[in-house]
Amino acid sequence: MSNKVTNRISTAGTYVLLLVVSGLIAGPFYWMLATSFKDKTKVLQFPPQWFPHPIVLENYHELFKAQPFQLYFVNSLYIAIIVTIGTCLLAALAGYSFAKIAFPFKNGIFLLLLSSMMIPTEVTAIPLFVWMTKLKAVDTHFPLIVPPMLGAGGMFGVFLLRQFYITLPKDLDDAAKIDGCSPWTGFLRIMLPMASPALATLAILTFLSSWNEFFEPLIYLNSSKLFTLPIALSLFTDQSGTQWHLIMAASVISTLPLLIVFFFAQRKFIEGIAMSGVK
Amino acid sequence: MNVTIRKSNAWREALYGYTFIAPMMLGYIIFLLGPILMAFMMSFTNWSLFESASYVGLANYRQAIMGEELFWSTVKNTLYFSAGLVPLNIMISLSLALLLQKKVKGIGLFRTIVFTPVVTSLVAWGIVWKYIFNTDGGLVNQLLHLFGMTGPAWLYDFQLAMPVVILVSVLKNVGMNMVIFLAALQDVPVMYYEAAKIDGASPWKRFVHVTLPLIAPSLFLTMVITTIGSLKVFGQIYVMTGGGPGDSTKVLVYYIYEQAFKLYQFGYASAVAFLLFGIILLLTVLQWVVRKRWIYHEQ
Repeated sequence: MSNKVTNRISTAGTYVLLLVVSGLIAGPFYWMLATSFKDKTKVLQFPPQWFPHPIVLENYHELFKAQPFQLYFVNSLYIAIIVTIGTCLLAALAGYSFAKIAFPFKNGIFLLLLSSMMIPTEVTAIPLFVWMTKLKAVDTHFPLIVPPMLGAGGMFGVFLLRQFYITLPKDLDDAAKIDGCSPWTGFLRIMLPMASPALATLAILTFLSSWNEFFEPLIYLNSSKLFTLPIALSLFTDQSGTQWHLIMAASVISTLPLLIVFFFAQRKFIEGIAMSGVK
Repeated sequence: MNVTIRKSNAWREALYGYTFIAPMMLGYIIFLLGPILMAFMMSFTNWSLFESASYVGLANYRQAIMGEELFWSTVKNTLYFSAGLVPLNIMISLSLALLLQKKVKGIGLFRTIVFTPVVTSLVAWGIVWKYIFNTDGGLVNQLLHLFGMTGPAWLYDFQLAMPVVILVSVLKNVGMNMVIFLAALQDVPVMYYEAAKIDGASPWKRFVHVTLPLIAPSLFLTMVITTIGSLKVFGQIYVMTGGGPGDSTKVLVYYIYEQAFKLYQFGYASAVAFLLFGIILLLTVLQWVVRKRWIYHEQ
């Protein structure tokens, strides 16, 4: 009897804690969304307006009139898609090779790849910027697509996929060989599809980091028509100072697509983070 | 005959192996190895956008360490940020994992909420918090006002700006470590807890003597990753304070960014970047050494 009571109290306590914590963490999202629908005169009013009243859509209208946000959205999207597909394909290819194919100096090369992941990106950013200037690739999307795919992000992918392929039995390769598959067709038809759990993880992490990347667009892009969402967002605060109603609408636009995808794919998202973090 | 076939097969397999890693290796050489060597070289020259480069030896390193007050204040600010962020992050994310491990109804939703900021853009997150900590009419000061208090100018105050940035950064990323801890906690065999319970161990004792030792590898991993990440803080500083007020929140990466991409002092900025790498390496090795200690205590 008393055990039941303590159990109930502890469950209630757990819920109170859970509510406080998630309120603190989800609160900013609510405040962002609520403010984006507020009349601009009520954004900083006292006492704070907890619910937008009246609900105003004007902010979004005004935002798209002031800035081509649809363009920034498309830029972010296509860059992230190319980087994700490219990283997954090339990382799977190399990861499979490191796990299952015998060739001289394999472990040495792999160790070299791994050790380079220790170097902070700020070190490599400076020479890369000089090279991109020489290639006339500054103020294009090239530096936002190719170096992330083949640089540190790609190396992480190789590592992740190698770990996955090592767990597969060797019999699988032998069966493919006996059936007359060349390593290429064996890879494309059998090994690539087999890796879909690991690829999903890598795809999610890559897409996420590309979509949210801030430093690279900041140093490479000058023309506003090339901007990605994070960069457009950060410059927006400079230009219009304290027009919070517009900035919050812009923040909603750059946050919402990812949040929607996240809520549908959260299992994979969280498993992916746990998996890549634990290994 | 048999031997030559086998030999040529091994050779063909190796060829395929090399072909498969070729694109990534090429990328590695062009976009990682090459730039690393190049940056190292640059750090010994006065390379800039404006003058032709010449070898200057250790002058850049000497200038940073002995000539620039700003360098040292950014080092100090960076270490301040890490010293604030890492313990807070680990403590909060571990407590959250313990809380979110409970099997109550709707726990999945709470886990999702705590993880949500991790997938959000740092820029958007920073901007929203800048709005919340706004001096006039920001939510925090409005709430203080409701209790009859006048809130400070959080992000324009020399003492308060950095703690606010730390708090915002902690909340952004606790979900990440929480997930790693949650995965580790799920691997702890239930019978250990039961045995400890039978022995009459209090919940706190069970945590210290059963949970902590068993999740030590994850604890070490998250500490290293979080420390490295914190030493490279940039985005939230750029968005929330721009390094100010004064230089009170200016961190090393911000300094490198200014030197390289605002002033185009590539040689000097490369030297500072390698100094940052040195600090990261030093702290990582330090954690490694300390780790051996707590593994000893576990036995």
